[in-house]
Amino acid sequence: MKQKFDIIVSRCVPLPLENVDTDQIIPARFLKATDKEGFGENLFRDWRYDKEGNPVKEFVLNDPTYSGCVLVAGKNFGSGSSREHAAWAIAGYGFRVVVSSFFADIHKNNELNNFVLPVVVSEPFLARLFASIDENPKMEVKVDLPNQTITNLATGESERFEINAYKKECLMKGYDDIDYLLSKKNLIEDYESKRDMTWK
Amino acid sequence: MNTLFDKIWDAHVVSQLEDGPSQLYIDRLYCHEVTTAQAFTGLRERGLKCFRPEQIYCMPDHNIPTHDQDKPIEDEVGRKQVATLEQNAKDFGLSYFGMNDKRNGIIHVVGPERGLSLPGMTIVCGDSHTSTHGAMGAVAFGIGTSEVEMVLASQCVLQAKPKSMRINIEGELGKGVTPKDVALYIMSQMSTSGATGYFVEYAGSTVRNMSMEGRLTLSNLTIEMGARGGFIAPDEVTFAYLKGREHAPKGEAWEKAVAYWKTLRSGEDAVFDREVTFYAKDIEPMVTYGTNPGMGMGISQHIPSLESVEASSRASFQKSLNYMGFQAGERLLGKKVDYVFCGSCTNGRIEDFRAFASLVKGKKKAPNVTCWLVPGSWMVDQQIREEGLDKVLEEAGFVLRQPGCSACLAMNDDKIPAGKLSVSTSNRNFEGRQGPGARTILASPLVAAAAAVTGVITDPCTML
Repeated sequence: MKQKFDIIVSRCVPLPLENVDTDQIIPARFLKATDKEGFGENLFRDWRYDKEGNPVKEFVLNDPTYSGCVLVAGKNFGSGSSREHAAWAIAGYGFRVVVSSFFADIHKNNELNNFVLPVVVSEPFLARLFASIDENPKMEVKVDLPNQTITNLATGESERFEINAYKKECLMKGYDDIDYLLSKKNLIEDYESKRDMTWK
Repeated sequence: MNTLFDKIWDAHVVSQLEDGPSQLYIDRLYCHEVTTAQAFTGLRERGLKCFRPEQIYCMPDHNIPTHDQDKPIEDEVGRKQVATLEQNAKDFGLSYFGMNDKRNGIIHVVGPERGLSLPGMTIVCGDSHTSTHGAMGAVAFGIGTSEVEMVLASQCVLQAKPKSMRINIEGELGKGVTPKDVALYIMSQMSTSGATGYFVEYAGSTVRNMSMEGRLTLSNLTIEMGARGGFIAPDEVTFAYLKGREHAPKGEAWEKAVAYWKTLRSGEDAVFDREVTFYAKDIEPMVTYGTNPGMGMGISQHIPSLESVEASSRASFQKSLNYMGFQAGERLLGKKVDYVFCGSCTNGRIEDFRAFASLVKGKKKAPNVTCWLVPGSWMVDQQIREEGLDKVLEEAGFVLRQPGCSACLAMNDDKIPAGKLSVSTSNRNFEGRQGPGARTILASPLVAAAAAVTGVITDPCTML
């Protein structure tokens, strides 16, 4: 999963719905695994397959018109549960970027911790991106992490996105937070020694 | 600045990364079976031990069946997940409250009732409803599995400090109006993303007058408006609740702890990034009509019309009503109900069963309703029996099940069948949450009880 991140140019998969919750991304009945494998197969399971397990033709992941490693979703993506399985499903399916005008906090962290980049864009930018995809499903976006910009290559419109310097470096170099925390054990012990922890 | 949130957060910052997150020290980590196995695997792969095993408590709750708990779990995959947690707890030297342990129950019910969740603490768990523990006056929030691994390895997480919001609720709640209704009302006003990026402090006379159980319900639902957590400054209600509980400080340590806890309040001059006020008089028993918890309304109200919804949200709104099988503009009163679920980390505490029992006392369960009553823990189960509520429920035709998360998210066998309408005291009405195709109306234990005896959506105020 630690795939280093730089510049991505890709087609988009549009999901123009708001409040896509983590129960839709990966339903609870698929959370029983004790490893991180195979979640991509059940990404958006109940929208993607009918009760008999046949693909729902109209659902975007089953529509051959659309492809690419960039998922474009309506606002408030990833609300609900903290299940990291949602991020594993998105990464496992092959998405490397999710674009929306708003992300739920826990899910956003989970994406970042799995080297999936959540790109927050303005609502007008998002609306025009959906329109561009609608007009030409083969259009591409350029996601440039070093410069923190996303460009709609159909219109040339570009927008800057935010990411903190620490997380940006992690993504670009393939580090994770545990590597960092383990290097700070002395600080943690020092902190504990200075604090009253009688409640323990 | 000078908010209680600042005080607790700042007291736990080990270091601050430049243009990055805080390295935040975690006092308590809770582990359940669904979101931890991969974190323990990560630890093994890195050849690490738990850094502070004595601060970590494990218990299975999501997969636990609500009957025959003395027998092995029938579902093989669920059984393996629970066994994996037990093995991990053993291998890493962590406290474990297993399925046949009388300390078992839903992690967010057990933590407070055992005195493990205390004022001033930082508390995390791989579960969004960790916000529940905020009711004790703690900064408590849900994290992902990678972050669980961070805490196992270092007792720290890297987190950007959220903004602060104070939500004041003022006045006396009307008859039949419960803390669940307060939370559903706030969500209906704030939407499911209205508090994203914030940590919420609840204040005001309505909150001060709530019992600990009510405060736990309110804090529990904070995540449903997008906030990472919500908390309530500790007061005499908190101290009275905690005194004498198993893991709460004792003797001299108790006196010292209370003296410290009394300092845990926002300053008179505290400045919040956002502050909002709601009034108890505006709140009636609530029901949801859509597929997120923000789609709620007073039980006597009509579902909003399509035109009243923002243009960009109409497709999602209509999709939601289509799923529920409801029409814009209609009322829900009188709708036939198939299932009633009372339980979960939101409403699975003793007060919730007192409320449910008070309404069904002397009445009979409606024949068209299947009702699942699931205590949040074995301690709650014991309280129910000590107070004789089990007899009241039994006489009215109800059966008490065994503790667990149950139909809140249907990871065990308690699944609502496709198309059936459920009135549920849980926290999420997402599509398929209670089983594929299940349709969920979120409500208080009183609304659930009224539906259980009348067989239709009924305003409990007409029955009290």
